[in-house]
Amino acid sequence: MLYREAGQFRSTYGEDQQIFPIRQDRIAIGLLLVVAFAVVPLVANQYWFAAILTPFLIFGLAALGLNILTGYAGQLSLGTAAFMAVGAFMAYNFELRIPGMPILVSFVLAGLCAAAVGIVFGLPSLRIKGFYLAVATLACQFFVLWALQRFGWFTNYSSSGVITAQKVEIFGYVFESAADKYLLTLAIVAVMALAAKNLMRSETGRAFMAVRDMDVAASVIGIPMMKTKLLAFAISSFYCGVAGALYAFCYLGTVEPEAFNLDLSFRILFMIIIGGVGSILGSFIGAAFITLLPILLSVLFGTVSHLTGFEIPHAWLSNIELIVFGALIVFFLIVEPHGLARLWQIAKEKLRLWPFPH
Amino acid sequence: MKRTTISLALAALGAAGFSGFAQAQAKEQYVPHNYYWVGPFAPGGTGIAGGAIDYLNMLNARDGGINGVKFTGDKCETEYNNARGVECYERSKNKGPTGATLIHPLSTGITYSLIDKGTQDKIPILSVGYGRADASDGRVFPYIFPLITNYWSQNTAKIKFMGTKAGGMDKLKGMKIVNLYHDSAYGKETIPVLDVQAKKYGFQVTHIAVPSPGNEQQAQWLQIRQINPNWVILRGWGVMNPTAIKAAQRAGYPREKVLGVWWSGAEEDVIPAGDAAKGYIAAGFNVSGSNYPVIQDIIKHVYAKGKGEMEDKSRIGSIYYNRGVVFSMITAEAVRTAQNRYGKGQPMTGEQVRWGLENLVIDEKRLKELGAVGFMQPLKVSCLDHEGGGQVKFQQWDGKQWKVISDWISSDQSIVRPMVEASAAQYAKEKGITPRDCSKEK
Repeated sequence: MLYREAGQFRSTYGEDQQIFPIRQDRIAIGLLLVVAFAVVPLVANQYWFAAILTPFLIFGLAALGLNILTGYAGQLSLGTAAFMAVGAFMAYNFELRIPGMPILVSFVLAGLCAAAVGIVFGLPSLRIKGFYLAVATLACQFFVLWALQRFGWFTNYSSSGVITAQKVEIFGYVFESAADKYLLTLAIVAVMALAAKNLMRSETGRAFMAVRDMDVAASVIGIPMMKTKLLAFAISSFYCGVAGALYAFCYLGTVEPEAFNLDLSFRILFMIIIGGVGSILGSFIGAAFITLLPILLSVLFGTVSHLTGFEIPHAWLSNIELIVFGALIVFFLIVEPHGLARLWQIAKEKLRLWPFPH
Repeated sequence: MKRTTISLALAALGAAGFSGFAQAQAKEQYVPHNYYWVGPFAPGGTGIAGGAIDYLNMLNARDGGINGVKFTGDKCETEYNNARGVECYERSKNKGPTGATLIHPLSTGITYSLIDKGTQDKIPILSVGYGRADASDGRVFPYIFPLITNYWSQNTAKIKFMGTKAGGMDKLKGMKIVNLYHDSAYGKETIPVLDVQAKKYGFQVTHIAVPSPGNEQQAQWLQIRQINPNWVILRGWGVMNPTAIKAAQRAGYPREKVLGVWWSGAEEDVIPAGDAAKGYIAAGFNVSGSNYPVIQDIIKHVYAKGKGEMEDKSRIGSIYYNRGVVFSMITAEAVRTAQNRYGKGQPMTGEQVRWGLENLVIDEKRLKELGAVGFMQPLKVSCLDHEGGGQVKFQQWDGKQWKVISDWISSDQSIVRPMVEASAAQYAKEKGITPRDCSKEK
């Protein structure tokens, strides 16, 4: 009833090709952005900004980066955290070594550095596929961390190999409070998500999907393999690099190379598997699931044992949280192997017919 | 059913975020317990958390808190993960009548992540025996306290210990020392200080990295066997330690020549290595044993009433448990010092506790009152010096327990302090911080 496209006629090509052809979708996205930009800053407190929303957005962006590569272009990668590390450390170095460097330009340059690293480590994808490629990208994961730890230049010769992000200042305004940093992150993530959405509707995006679905067929119909695959690596790494820079500058402030270990790469891979491979929305749902659910469980369990006065040793509680979290992952993968984004899509389709399903 | 679960969960999450006003008037001192009970480092985390929480509960039961202000706190699982650690910090910082008193992050990574936040929120971050060594310069890091002994100081004490064993520091000349370290920020901290010492004393140092987590060390020990050093410094953590000790045995290297740091010197590090660990030496800023009055008081006032954190009672008095007790003794004494200035019987804010920490004096007399003579070292913190102690004891594993084999060995501040100041100055320059003038602090 509410969600129906009957009566919405498209009379121009422009209308037919817009990102959200259904009016209700446009309204919903508009509302979401208004809420995120205007309402949330009014109601949320520092805990929500610093511990929940900002990390969610940053991991969502990193997952989006991986989704471009794995979900759309079909190239499995385990080097996501390494690309994030390149972004974080290069943004720090651009700020450190070039006086008066605007922070946003540093972010872009850091993303480009990550893209360059991505292209180099994407080269094996021209010859190998699938799980073998994943193993090749593992090399990237280890090489980047090794280089960051071994060459003092990257960390400005800090004895412990840790970098501290500089002040975030744009046009004289210092982004210091958690709310400021949230808004900055949100703006960057929103723009990049929109760009990704558009990219996937373009010729490039269709080429990615053709390569994913069957690369031999794609090359037969004239899609250049090398260009497409390396472009996918470059764009994906760019997104991850910017996410890494945000991780350092807007979230933690101080980072060590060890923070970008293989574990993080796997977590981001799980985000897109659970959220939905090949879906922009899925990247964010997956990020929410992996980063926020454990916190939710921990708060929930704490509250329940507080309210009921039921005392369980904390070590048990921590382990039960992990068990429940694991069980939920298994549950959702069984119920919907295509990820949570697919559930959302099904819900939308049902909503179109509601309340008169035929 | 599903909807109720979700709304309940949301309500709980909301409550966690927005609560904190509930007990605004109570005379309570809120200390968050952000430790870890799961994961690869849980053996250390559970012991330290247990000791830290038990000590505060003992104070509540025995003395009614500090001048009538009882300690409260919630546990939060950090999983030794930076993101979770930050979440726990944000969750806990506004609870209780005055917010979080101070935080023990119990992870070098989380400590790094909290340096900016703690300074901004005026909550002291205590990294007792870990964390950032150059934070000992309190002029640049007003809210960070790497108390008792930082890694660099500990390292100079180790070289001193080797010198006394050899019969004088001049005997170190020409010696070969291998630094076997965990390849992480924690592991790398001591490389510069060792290089400086090598130049000063004329020994030769080789740094060998072990990739995290450290359960594969064959190549490294092959290299050590070729070098055949006089000492091997083991800078390990978690599973890396027993692996190293077993690998040393396999390589035929005497364990009496393997010297561990204090994150390599607990029961959990040597028992898995079995017989191989006999003779292994490790540093410590606290000792093991449950026959100290303070531990006896915990048993009497907490465990005898059927309470207490440790499920496995045999771990009471272990190295990690006692380290947790040391953590909380510092917490409690800092609050007491702050109360002496800002009002007895009042809950203290983070800012006031920071003053308490900076003026903290735990001398032998006070240690006796605390029932902890020989349990930990005397401590004197100042605005300039956020470390305060700088002494280390050495202990040897005899196959059943740790035996203390040295007195408190002081560190060599003539080496450490200039390095701390230089490193802190570089940090201040990068961040644009103007160091405080300590003579103006009251």
